[in-house]
Amino acid sequence: MTAFRQSVEAMIPALRRYARALARDADVADDLVQDTLVRALRSERLFLGGDVRSWLYTILTNLNKNRRRSLARRPQFMPLLENNPDASGTEAEGRDIARALSTLVEEQRAVLLLVMLEGLSYREVADIQGVPIGTVMSRLARARAHVKAALEGERPALRRVK
Amino acid sequence: MTDPRIPVTEDELHAYVDGELPAERRRDVEAWLATHADDAERVHSWRTMADALHARYDTVANEPVPARLEIERLDRAPRKWVYGAIAASFAAFVVGGGTGWLAHGAAVSPSIFQSFTVDALDAHRLYVVEVRHPVEVPGNERTHLQQWLTKRCGWDVRAPELGATGLKLVGGRLLPGPTGPASFLMYESASGERFTVYTAKAATEATQMRYTAQNNEGALFWADNGVGYVVSGGSDRDRLTQVARLVYDQIEKNGG
Repeated sequence: MTAFRQSVEAMIPALRRYARALARDADVADDLVQDTLVRALRSERLFLGGDVRSWLYTILTNLNKNRRRSLARRPQFMPLLENNPDASGTEAEGRDIARALSTLVEEQRAVLLLVMLEGLSYREVADIQGVPIGTVMSRLARARAHVKAALEGERPALRRVK
Repeated sequence: MTDPRIPVTEDELHAYVDGELPAERRRDVEAWLATHADDAERVHSWRTMADALHARYDTVANEPVPARLEIERLDRAPRKWVYGAIAASFAAFVVGGGTGWLAHGAAVSPSIFQSFTVDALDAHRLYVVEVRHPVEVPGNERTHLQQWLTKRCGWDVRAPELGATGLKLVGGRLLPGPTGPASFLMYESASGERFTVYTAKAATEATQMRYTAQNNEGALFWADNGVGYVVSGGSDRDRLTQVARLVYDQIEKNGG
């Protein structure tokens, strides 16, 4: 296996994590990863050095953007009630963060996840999204404010419901 | 050196949390946070948020990688979307086992497959059980049906002849599709098994064929010349493949 392939392979777990948080649905997430890998492997000859990691995140982010564009005309279904009294604290927190993420617009969610979950630099995220660093920073600030509000707004309400 | 008296901006708070702040300014921010409770609270909440994200999603990265994402497997996938690739994928359905994604190497976004097959399978399930009104236009008005659907949909809708597989046209109807109208044709055999052919505008020119099964109903999806096709019916994949192949061959022969 070439060094290129090895570095692509090493990224699969992180790509799955990013895709899961980005797309929420586990099957859709793995479809995104699969399509990302296929594109990357096909383009091996076109890849002239540089950072494989950023490149893979770029492909996945763009594929998800296309996916959402074609879904845009379809109504989104959200569960009305997601109450599970048996859920442990961690599970409930996991649900909260997933729900808060789902309320973000696409670009903001991608920035938040690339920076906070995947640990990419502002510069790398700017390259991935094809925008100036200032745009990345304002998207990140808005995303954090939004998620914070969503988390804080939700928890007391859930506690009241016995 | 930066001046510690310069107020810390929100951008700097973010940069501080994300490790993007120059080392010499970090100390200023730390001093600032010690005396500005609101900002300290925000910084704390962002760190808690990062912890929550990792707590929720790191488990995904630690899961074993599913077989369909193994590099070796993806490598063997066909490289190009060409006419032959669609036909070739029929063979894969017959040879391959299990259900799910059989055609790897799809350069089509998964949502196209999803939205089509979900719509088509919903329509399939809704109408195949219908005894008295399964269609709007009956099969004995084939010419009228084709003209009407072609006019409403905007692409050439032709009801394939599936007599070779023992299927007769019951008729068709117009449905709302993912991005506009969709055509829906129903076929029936002497023993009462029903197959449906659903077409709608696709976002991609052409894709390989993909198979999915849901609650005992299987579906084959592909796109050609910008039109997506879903052939649905039953849980017998060989039978479904046989029917889909006939549909595909006739569309191909008629120039899509």
